[in-house]
Amino acid sequence: MTAFIIRRLMQSVVVVLVMSGIVFFGVFLVGDPIHMLVNPQMDQEDIDKAIRALGLDRPVWEQYFHFLANAVRGDLGTSFLFGEPALKIILQRMPATLELAFAALFMAIVLGIPLGLYAGLKPDSFFSKAIMTGSIVGFSLPTFWVGIMLIMIFAVVLGWLPSTGRGETATVLGITSSLFTQNGLAHILLPALNLALLKISLVIRLTRAGAREAIHQDYIKFARAKGLSSRRVIGVHLLKNIMIPVVTVLGLEFGNLVAFSVVTETIFAWPGMGKLLIQSIQNLDRPVIVAYLVIIVLLFVVINLVVDILYSLLDPRVRLGEKG
Amino acid sequence: MTRARTVVAALLLAASGMVGAATAAELKIGLEAEPSAMDPHYHNLTPNNSVLSHVFDRLVEQDEKQRLKPGLAASWKAIDEKTWEFKLRAGVKWHDGTPFTADDVVATFERAPNVPNSPSSFASAVKGKTVKAVDDLTVHISTPEVYPNMANDVSTIMIVSRAHGATGKTEDYNSGKAAIGTGPFKLVKFTPGDRIEFARNDAYWGAKSQWEKVTFRAIKAGPARVAALLAGDVDMIEGVPTTDIERLKKEPKISLSQGVSNRVVYFFVDHEREETPFATAKDGAAIKNPLKDKRVRLAMSKAINRDAIVARVMEGVAIPAGQFLPDGYFGVSDKLKAEKFDLEGAKKLLAEAGFPNGFKLTLHGPNGRYINDVKIAEAVAQMLTRAGIETKIETLPPAVFFRRASTGGPEGTPEFSFILVGWSSGTGEASGSVKPLVASYDKVTGYGTSNRGRYANKEVDALTKEALATVDDKKRADLLAKATEIAIADVAIIPSHFQVNTWGARKGLTYEARSDEYTLAMGVKAN
Repeated sequence: MTAFIIRRLMQSVVVVLVMSGIVFFGVFLVGDPIHMLVNPQMDQEDIDKAIRALGLDRPVWEQYFHFLANAVRGDLGTSFLFGEPALKIILQRMPATLELAFAALFMAIVLGIPLGLYAGLKPDSFFSKAIMTGSIVGFSLPTFWVGIMLIMIFAVVLGWLPSTGRGETATVLGITSSLFTQNGLAHILLPALNLALLKISLVIRLTRAGAREAIHQDYIKFARAKGLSSRRVIGVHLLKNIMIPVVTVLGLEFGNLVAFSVVTETIFAWPGMGKLLIQSIQNLDRPVIVAYLVIIVLLFVVINLVVDILYSLLDPRVRLGEKG
Repeated sequence: MTRARTVVAALLLAASGMVGAATAAELKIGLEAEPSAMDPHYHNLTPNNSVLSHVFDRLVEQDEKQRLKPGLAASWKAIDEKTWEFKLRAGVKWHDGTPFTADDVVATFERAPNVPNSPSSFASAVKGKTVKAVDDLTVHISTPEVYPNMANDVSTIMIVSRAHGATGKTEDYNSGKAAIGTGPFKLVKFTPGDRIEFARNDAYWGAKSQWEKVTFRAIKAGPARVAALLAGDVDMIEGVPTTDIERLKKEPKISLSQGVSNRVVYFFVDHEREETPFATAKDGAAIKNPLKDKRVRLAMSKAINRDAIVARVMEGVAIPAGQFLPDGYFGVSDKLKAEKFDLEGAKKLLAEAGFPNGFKLTLHGPNGRYINDVKIAEAVAQMLTRAGIETKIETLPPAVFFRRASTGGPEGTPEFSFILVGWSSGTGEASGSVKPLVASYDKVTGYGTSNRGRYANKEVDALTKEALATVDDKKRADLLAKATEIAIADVAIIPSHFQVNTWGARKGLTYEARSDEYTLAMGVKAN
């Protein structure tokens, strides 16, 4: 298993390198950030000074190698807009996004799997049909619209929940998070729900399909014949066998939740990385965009690794790292 | 048994503590854009300047119409041709209790142009000025040539202390360590991307604010900002979207404040090139640049129905413009009015200029930089097409648009032929528009830095130069007004309208609307 992990990590270095190159040159092609950041009332001389200070006058190749040399030392560039190290700015906002992603993932698992199981095991009941229709609605509605509707209904009209922002944080066991305060939970409920809606729908459909297929397998019949309780048959044997596609999808979706929750974070003014990303794109803040994408690539690599390890735990037939 | 009772009692006590919260005078404000840093010299950007005005003061301040009033300087005057004397206010203390002296001003002017990594510094406001502390409460600022706009420039620089601010790096300001000012509030915490918290400075030299605690949150999405106000999560918001204004006017829980901004939305044309890439004959053949003919420009201005733009596109939240700044500003001409809509007159002028059948034109503009910019471009394109100039539009993300508009052409020259842009005079008076926009582009002297149409008129240049060297206020205003009149008569730019900014607050609060678009807690009064 260790050899497998090490080999994977080395492959990921290549991926990260290629990725950083694509992003770096891509952003350069779009435009020059100087016009977004510079006060148009400045004299040309001062504009030139600012260009030199930000390193934008040197050829692209030189800027890229400069970036790589620094990256190896942990310096992923300094934001054009904020003037602070890009890595620091991203890491400052990471806890908020991670909270939101975990909350949404939790909802997806806790709501999606039981509902999907029910729909799969009792496909003809009215409730199952309602669940399936609900899941279609869940992935058809645009996130932007759902977010605004949630705010209007729960915050403006009913006044039950706050409409915007992150709540108060508390530190438990060294981790500072808004999930540990009541105020924080009230603030996270709507954005997490907004994010989770799509995932819940996906999980419901996957779980249902898996359940419908697995219920007819021989080993289920055998387990029932053996006299095992329904709970054990479904909860242990059935569930474990349909989990592989669900784990795969959830893994990828978790990566998406962390990296690209741009719309939800913008609507709910959640101080996370997604909002930072869209702001940096609009301002052509290249160091932040590149640093962000490098971090995201690393994140996806780690997630894929974790998913593969989970496979081997779920299904003993899977051996990691095929030999010859 | 007693243990359980103790636990219950403790829980009840804790619960009651949580309930009896914000009775202190607390103000929560929802911003449209968040500041990029807490360093007052780092970035000359409206959100930064607005938010940091709570912590730092300037020698000279601008009121809600950008007229100058005393700040940390109690008075100022020109003591000779090239030197201005500023007499500082006595008894002012920094937030850490130490006294404010002239040395702090010197330190400020040394630091302001030299902040590392600054994307848009205050260098141009500080350039060429030598600052000397004559005694603890007197400062002399001298320039190599006579400089009547000294007070205006000085009103853009926030003062930091020698002890903390001068040596502080931008990170130190963001963490709060160096953010020691003399202003009405102290910085409590800056959480980037989330919120900024201020507490009242009870030792402030000026009028004490009624707010003990002020929290700013950036809520970029318009609908979410309005929802936050309606839900009561914030007490006031800036940038109410034009589409929501009618609805909020009818809402009994909300009161609106509106004020005309000093930002003019206008159109610039290519005055320079003999052939311009985005104007062609109706069949696509190349033609001589029609925009160089004043009659064509005047026709275009006449073809634009400004009243319709204000009423339909801006939903009444704008004022038709005839020049660079609205009425009442320094250097504005009282003879200029917004061009009247005259479709027939426009067609006649086009025919006179040799274009009876018009021509093809492309209008370039940003999307999302100015209020309703895309809709304005669409409306104007249709209006021009009706007059015979078949216009299509291309809107670009602001970053891309401004780069190409300024340097996208060959050899770093402006690329487009006809653009939609906006301009807001930072100094609050006409020279802050005339000098950068219609004075001839000159890299060395710094005139015409945003003259993307490359308009060049010797008379305007001469008047501008003279005005900037005239100390007498009345004479200077007249010179600027005359320069404006000549430029507008020559249709150097085609002004469209002045933006009106709208703030929304919960019933019981009023905000004194500002033309520089700042949102200040000091301007919020509870009645």
